[in-house]
Amino acid sequence: MNYDVIVVGGGHAGCEACLATSRLGLKTLLVTGNIDNIADMPCNPSIGGPAKGIVVREIDALGGEMGKNIDKSFLQMKMLNTKKGPAVRALRAQADKITYKKEMLHTLKKQENLEIKESLVENLLVENGYIKGVLLNSGEEIGAEAVILTTGTYLKAVVLHGSSKESSGPHGEKPSLYLSDCLKDLGFTIKRLKTGTPPRIEKSSIDFSKGILQPGDDVCYNFSFSKKLDYDPASQIPCHLIYTNETTHQIIRDNLEKSSMYGGYVEGVGPRYCPSIEDKIVRFSDKERHQLFLEPESIYYDDIYIQGFSTSMPYDVQEKMIRSLPGLENAVINKYAYAIEYDAIDSLQLKNTLETKLVKNLYTAGQINGTSGYEEAACQGLIAGINASLKLKGKEELVLKRNEAYIGVLIDDLVVKGVIDPYRLLTSRAEYRLLLRHDNADIRLREYGRKVGLVSDEEYKRYQQKLDDIIELNDRLLTTKINPSDDVNNYLVSLGSAIIYDGIKLYDLLKRPEINMTNITKFIDLDYDPEVLEQVEINIKYEGYITKANKEAEKMLQMENVKIPDDIDYDKVINIASEARQKLEEVRPTSLGQALRISGVNPSDIAMLSMYLKKENKNG
Amino acid sequence: MVNDTIAAISTSLGVGAISIVRISGKDAIRIANSVFKGKNLEEVDSHTINYGHIVDGEEVIDEVLVSVMKSPRTFTTEDVVEINCHGGIATTKKVLELLLLNGCRLAEAGEFTKRAFLNGRIDLVEAESVMDLINSKTDKARKVSINQLGGKISGTIRNFRQDLLELLASIEVNIDYPEYEDIEVITNEKLCSKVKDIKERLNEIVTLSENGRIVVDGIKTVIIGRPNVGKSSILNRMLDYDKAIVTDIEGTTRDIIEGDINVDGILLHLVDTAGIRNTSDTVEKVGVDRSLKELDEADLVVLVLNNNEELNDYDYQLLEKIKDKTAIVAINKCDLDNKLDKNSINNQNIVEINTVDLDGIVALKDKIKELFNLEELDKGDYNYLSNVRQITLAKTALNVLQEVEEGLKRDDPVDLIGIDIKRIWEILGEIIGENYSDELIDQLFSQFCLGK
Repeated sequence: MNYDVIVVGGGHAGCEACLATSRLGLKTLLVTGNIDNIADMPCNPSIGGPAKGIVVREIDALGGEMGKNIDKSFLQMKMLNTKKGPAVRALRAQADKITYKKEMLHTLKKQENLEIKESLVENLLVENGYIKGVLLNSGEEIGAEAVILTTGTYLKAVVLHGSSKESSGPHGEKPSLYLSDCLKDLGFTIKRLKTGTPPRIEKSSIDFSKGILQPGDDVCYNFSFSKKLDYDPASQIPCHLIYTNETTHQIIRDNLEKSSMYGGYVEGVGPRYCPSIEDKIVRFSDKERHQLFLEPESIYYDDIYIQGFSTSMPYDVQEKMIRSLPGLENAVINKYAYAIEYDAIDSLQLKNTLETKLVKNLYTAGQINGTSGYEEAACQGLIAGINASLKLKGKEELVLKRNEAYIGVLIDDLVVKGVIDPYRLLTSRAEYRLLLRHDNADIRLREYGRKVGLVSDEEYKRYQQKLDDIIELNDRLLTTKINPSDDVNNYLVSLGSAIIYDGIKLYDLLKRPEINMTNITKFIDLDYDPEVLEQVEINIKYEGYITKANKEAEKMLQMENVKIPDDIDYDKVINIASEARQKLEEVRPTSLGQALRISGVNPSDIAMLSMYLKKENKNG
Repeated sequence: MVNDTIAAISTSLGVGAISIVRISGKDAIRIANSVFKGKNLEEVDSHTINYGHIVDGEEVIDEVLVSVMKSPRTFTTEDVVEINCHGGIATTKKVLELLLLNGCRLAEAGEFTKRAFLNGRIDLVEAESVMDLINSKTDKARKVSINQLGGKISGTIRNFRQDLLELLASIEVNIDYPEYEDIEVITNEKLCSKVKDIKERLNEIVTLSENGRIVVDGIKTVIIGRPNVGKSSILNRMLDYDKAIVTDIEGTTRDIIEGDINVDGILLHLVDTAGIRNTSDTVEKVGVDRSLKELDEADLVVLVLNNNEELNDYDYQLLEKIKDKTAIVAINKCDLDNKLDKNSINNQNIVEINTVDLDGIVALKDKIKELFNLEELDKGDYNYLSNVRQITLAKTALNVLQEVEEGLKRDDPVDLIGIDIKRIWEILGEIIGENYSDELIDQLFSQFCLGK
């Protein structure tokens, strides 16, 4: 049996990858160890948040599935950073883990061109540098033009708690024992990474009155730019905030050596951005308490997830720790916390398209590339799926730039800087975050999604209507003037705004910090979609900052446009430091802009490289 | 071609008894040795000075001292040879020619310093101060450059950036972890005081540096006045040198006459201008237009008036033109009858002079010292930014700080203000060359003089 594309792994990266290729008309096979675990969330029950929430909207704008799926399966929605500027606002949903999986499986099952097979891949079939298919543990060989590996934490997975160490994937699933050796044989550098997850507590055993209620927002939000789903904000399920205390800290300090991490049982490198509770106690010993969030996982079962309490302590110590927490004195532990180690490849061995440099038509996405997080995985899966399809169709591949999308930032970081610990997206990783807002993800990326072929006519029409409305509203504000009158000035005074003596454009009035779009409706009828109003308001209010950001991006693009030929011989570039030469050789950047971002490559090296390229261009 | 060996005359032509020809690159020692008669330079120890002769075949060109410095402890980090020539300009040129014939390439403008910078030997501020050092014409200027060469200013700016970086980190962490209470929340109020502090400190550096620039670049002093009031005579008196053509026919000075004088260690760059008046003579008109341009660029204007004549419309026009500039009104020809009404001159800095004796000239010099706080500068530790590029960048940073303050006043969100703060951090990085930008490097190195 032959397919165009085989996707190995049914997590968040795998789902986006196989949906993208099949939707683009390629015959696709998804191979997964357990169909019931497709789109599983083995760790926190939430999607979105700072940077990540923006990525979900970018996925949606490009025609991916995550945004639509979470819109159908959330327990609670919250807009974060609302007191800050528009650039850093981000939506976060508490997800119903069961509904999320169910909805995604439903979408996969009804998808044309897509088949799902429950099996483990043991080996990759490679001929003349091209991927040709996979070998299953049943001994069956399946051929394909392209293969996308989205193996998550399953490569040689080892689950740890205390001194216990067993070969297993999350939830006792079977790990993939042979695939990473196969990758090693193909020349890939294998890294060992680690992550962890906190315990789950039986809901009925918790006294929630000792926590602080954390409800969802009382406004409706959706991730997807497509059809809006209305819901009753009152139907949302709340979370609760509690704190650790001195007793908890003492238990942890007394038992530190029993944890897998401090007992020296862990080889993998853990994420800096998601420390275990024992790490927090050790590294921030002056803190009297740490925040913990009690989060529901689903309405179909009663596990409560303790966010902020991941640990690799043995079970008996975990019990003591948990029961020292307020409201959890009588806690019944449904699942103990554990750390998990797994193999990943070196992301420097990838191209910007997520195709591997070593094996043609082989793509990788998600945790295998060293990232952490559902959103980070999903967006890579989507990009790998899109690029595998474009390549097989002989079309130009899709590479998003750092000023276009967080996805662009993430992939560029992966292939240029590489990862040491599991990579998480942060707003501070983006140089142009004011341009990369959650509210304008469609304006940034819909055209790409449409060109690729993942955006339907209906969705595209909706987007075009939005664009037209934005232009129209902007024009109206520019051309409509109000004149001073008692009525107008009294209104302005009531808003704490200065009175006017001459006519003023509504556009200029809106620039005043104390005036918002709602105030403008006093003077002009604004029958527009809230998204349109928001867009225009942000563009006007923050025009100065946006202009500056665009100028900065322009400078970056000039460097980005100086291409470095694939076959460059760095030994011929003279007078660059040997460390820089080594790094350049390792990364093989595609542009001067990328070269500039490699650590260990200094301005003087760039100057020499730039001179070399100019000379080569002249000669060539 | 950067692995080749470069050579150039490193001392300015025409001055001094000794001229130095510098060679840098992997073949520097071999090539020098091929034209040297004396010890075998390829076998001498590093950092030694060797006596001998430069020869072209059998012909002795010059008697020389040759310094051999081996990589990497040299200015460029490459092998460097310096030939001290004693035979004057013509011989030195001949020595250079010989080296070029034997495989050296003539160094491009600033190429030695460029190599030092590219090889990581010096940072950007240091690279620039080398140029300043070589161009510096007074002792004070040399001190400023030497301080920079030691990286003192880089250190100050680096501390600055560290402060900003810490501030930025606090802002960023609030964005990425909005629900965590453990982290200090940076509010606009907190930013306000920090921004004010940074702005004050940077402002101080810029102000000091403007004076520092004067130390290094000199004070550009333009002498103006209507024709035949004695501008060129004053210039000549100060320069003690007959560079300008001085006659009694109005409008004789048709071009700009320039000269440098040293007033207590500070360089005055004097420029004499064609008399400013309405003229139909085309040659002279060009001179007048240039004079007006010089006036715009001047650090100091000396307006010369004639004591022996009443003020006329042109004088009033000129007084109006210098209203917003640092200016001195010099009333000349005080040895002749007073016909000028001093009370109608709206300027505090009046000096009475005549070009017959020196007292007036001394008074003029004293006035200049007073106006530029030269006594104060003397006490300074010369820890300034000393060239236009650096000062311009620092001023840009100040402008962005201004924008930050405006943003704070509007109560813009802290994360937007953070973007501007990051920009300031980057600009300060550019001053010390820790940010890369292509234009910067190009601009910088095209500014260097040959062989420095």
